Amino acid sequence: MKIVYTDALIVGGGLAGLRSAIAAREKGLDTIVLSMVPVKRSHSSAAQGGMQASLGNTSMGEGDNEDVHFADTVRGSDWGCDQEVARMFVATAPKAIRELAAWGVPWSRIRRGDHTVVINGQKETITEKDEAHGLINARDFGGTKKWRTCFTSDATGHTMLYAVANEALRRGVAIHDKKEAISIIHENSRALGVVVRDLLNGDLIAYVAKGTMIATGGYGRIYKQSTNAIICKGIGTAIALETGIVALGNMEAVQFHPTPIVPSGILLTEGCRGDGGVLRDKDGYRFMPDYEPEKKELASRDVVSRRMMEHIRAGKGVDSPYGQHLWLDISILGREHIEKNLRDVQDISKTFNGIDPADEGSKGWMPVLPMQHYSMGGIRTKSTGESPTMEGLFSAGEAACWDLHGFNRLGGNSVSEAVVSGMIVGEYFAQYCKDTHLHAHTQTIEKFLRKESDYLDEILAYEGDEDIFDIKDQMRNIMQEKVGIFRDEEGLFYAVTELEKLLQKTKQIKVGSKIRGNNPELNEAYRVPKMIKLALCAAKGALERRESRGAHFREDYPKRDDANWLRRTLATWPNPDDTMPTLSYEALDVMTMEMPPAFRGYGRKGQLIEHPKSAVREEEIEAVRASMPDADRHALQQALMGYDLPEKYREKNERIGVGYE
Amino acid sequence: MNKSHTYDHDSGRKITLSIFRYNPSNPASEPSFREYTLTETPGMTLYIALTKIYTSIDHDLSFDFVCRAGICGSCAMVVNGKPRLACKTLTSEFADARITLMPLPTFKHNKDLSVDTGNWMNAMSLKVESWIHSKEQTDISRIEKRVDPDTADEIFELDRCIECGICLASCSTRIMREDFIGAVGLNRVARFSIDPHDERTDEDFYELIGDDNGIFGCMSLMGCEDHCPKHLPLQSRIAYMRRKMVKV
Repeated sequence: MKIVYTDALIVGGGLAGLRSAIAAREKGLDTIVLSMVPVKRSHSSAAQGGMQASLGNTSMGEGDNEDVHFADTVRGSDWGCDQEVARMFVATAPKAIRELAAWGVPWSRIRRGDHTVVINGQKETITEKDEAHGLINARDFGGTKKWRTCFTSDATGHTMLYAVANEALRRGVAIHDKKEAISIIHENSRALGVVVRDLLNGDLIAYVAKGTMIATGGYGRIYKQSTNAIICKGIGTAIALETGIVALGNMEAVQFHPTPIVPSGILLTEGCRGDGGVLRDKDGYRFMPDYEPEKKELASRDVVSRRMMEHIRAGKGVDSPYGQHLWLDISILGREHIEKNLRDVQDISKTFNGIDPADEGSKGWMPVLPMQHYSMGGIRTKSTGESPTMEGLFSAGEAACWDLHGFNRLGGNSVSEAVVSGMIVGEYFAQYCKDTHLHAHTQTIEKFLRKESDYLDEILAYEGDEDIFDIKDQMRNIMQEKVGIFRDEEGLFYAVTELEKLLQKTKQIKVGSKIRGNNPELNEAYRVPKMIKLALCAAKGALERRESRGAHFREDYPKRDDANWLRRTLATWPNPDDTMPTLSYEALDVMTMEMPPAFRGYGRKGQLIEHPKSAVREEEIEAVRASMPDADRHALQQALMGYDLPEKYREKNERIGVGYE
Repeated sequence: MNKSHTYDHDSGRKITLSIFRYNPSNPASEPSFREYTLTETPGMTLYIALTKIYTSIDHDLSFDFVCRAGICGSCAMVVNGKPRLACKTLTSEFADARITLMPLPTFKHNKDLSVDTGNWMNAMSLKVESWIHSKEQTDISRIEKRVDPDTADEIFELDRCIECGICLASCSTRIMREDFIGAVGLNRVARFSIDPHDERTDEDFYELIGDDNGIFGCMSLMGCEDHCPKHLPLQSRIAYMRRKMVKV
């Protein structure tokens, strides 16, 4: 029996996991990060356009602060987020970006003087102040009131991940790659570590720790078309579900990004539109202003993706051998801008499509179509990042439903959440590990190890005639067709029924190679059932949620129904032999919200069933405001809704022109 | 399951991939090449071709892809004798429709086309102390330190390295010297040497790279720059560091 003991165990080596590991090392804890791939290859590296933080340095970001970032995030979430968590996040994001700057992330910096930019298809001049020269620059992104997205060209995730990974190495974080966690060891609703499969030699190893964190990213690969890396299969999320105790939140909340390139599905950053790029149809017509006169191409992603599909349904799509698509035109930004700030986009388009987007006119237009991009759902946590039902199990980043994003994440808030939650949740996690003792009994560890070993033997002994690759393809097609951008009762019922059958079929396969180690087909054989369980959570959650909110759009229930659906879906899997998740719901309390539900300011109007308490809370808030006429924004905010942060992140943030106001 | 080694899709030319197969952890495995024939589809990359072989012909084939977009650096391998990122290689480039794939040399071989780059790159990062060295305590609630915009761009240029390992696979010194840090390591030092946040002096860098496993190991053959998929200015950065180190 192989057992590795440590203080702090983190599954997943992307930005959230590595930043949490740093928090653990800062408290002197022995810390191990497990990763399926070398950590610098994690999907965080693929984040292109940038990281939101309300620094307010650039002239187009003037007046920005935590309050504006908070309101944008809540509206973006379609009021599905946890507002306390959103406050924790916006208060810490400026600190995160400044920490990263000190760690060497070469953020694009402001140059004083006049700059020509493209806004709403027109060239305009903006002027940067002397005072801002050399400070961190920002670009525009969707669903934001200010230019707030800080960047390093369009390789922002890469530079952030390298800085954080190198800092983790410096601090002595032990990185064990080519290791996959396949179950969570637990006893009496307390997490004790994970059973790990060594992906090279196939050995099973128990990693036992005082605290365990899951930071394994999203589950996008349950869809046929996704911008996600090959590794984004949601296995970390699935093993949490398989404990039978941990709940997954809002798994039906899946984001479709407007501009992956066709057919490869590789992402073209929102920065394309943030910097002034436009969407065009088969006639070369810029159609977004017709649908969204206010925000145009820069409404939130759920809205833009739906509008694009609406336009294709209206017969305006461009025909291609891969189906219909629309065009993304950034040629109007000029070659110099593209080759400096959108160079990976240019490289991707040239390599995979033979199109140089800097070429003028229609020659440079890139074929795009909305595809799966981000998982808002995940392991439900408290605001500290700990599971409310399993002590010692934490989750951070895309793997978690913390719940910063509700039903739609804003562009630029993902890498930002990854690092910020690595700071905040990482700190709570580290404190937990420091304050607790190891509780693991060797009999328990052995039981979990044996169970996984027996399960792998069982798989290798299957003698069925189903093909795991066919099953996986069928799952991905069902999710694509029936649990996509437009959903309805009939399609979702079909999806749930068929996915359930597929789950049963995963035991009727046969694995060709019978060896335990270095056996890619065996990897599929135990991963696919886990992926189908996640797919079922998403499909069942979507079937039951008879309303439309953010990225979850029901054609048969097109209104956002705050009266009945201002609540979070919780999915559990109580019995290993179940073939369907058990759903329950967690209400969001309007009376504690700083911003009670209202119209988002973009998207369809008049599609709202109000919560009876929204108006009551609104009045209450007005009364609080009226009673504190001289209060500054910080005092007013505290009076409206309290939130907590680790001591070290409670300081106010300084900005040019306004100091700490 | 019986499936033909030929995958028919639609009209398109037939391409043949000859792939190195070996599992060092299985005593029964012998190094060999195996041939697979596919029908080429429009825009087919080696990622698409290998995935097709894996899912339809040979479920035991191992290779490493993560982002499949040229961003993460996982999939470097030797394609018809040249080290390249497989995800960015189009099968249409090969006029004779024959493609030979081998694992990246100079790294520990895992299986087939998969090699261990992660542990080597982590060791290199530790060796060159690939992080900012500063005695200054940063107060992250205060306005950040100013950086000249051009300097930030210059650092970014060198920070684009994706640790794919192609520079090492292209390097004659590396083949002779196991501990040579290669262009990836030397570029990393060059990157920190121009970062205003980093207080290290040339003497400090000399301690890290002032030997034959560092800056003086390079024979200036420049296979690294020829093959770097990110087109990093490796030749000029290595020359720059060498001039600095000679003066120490």
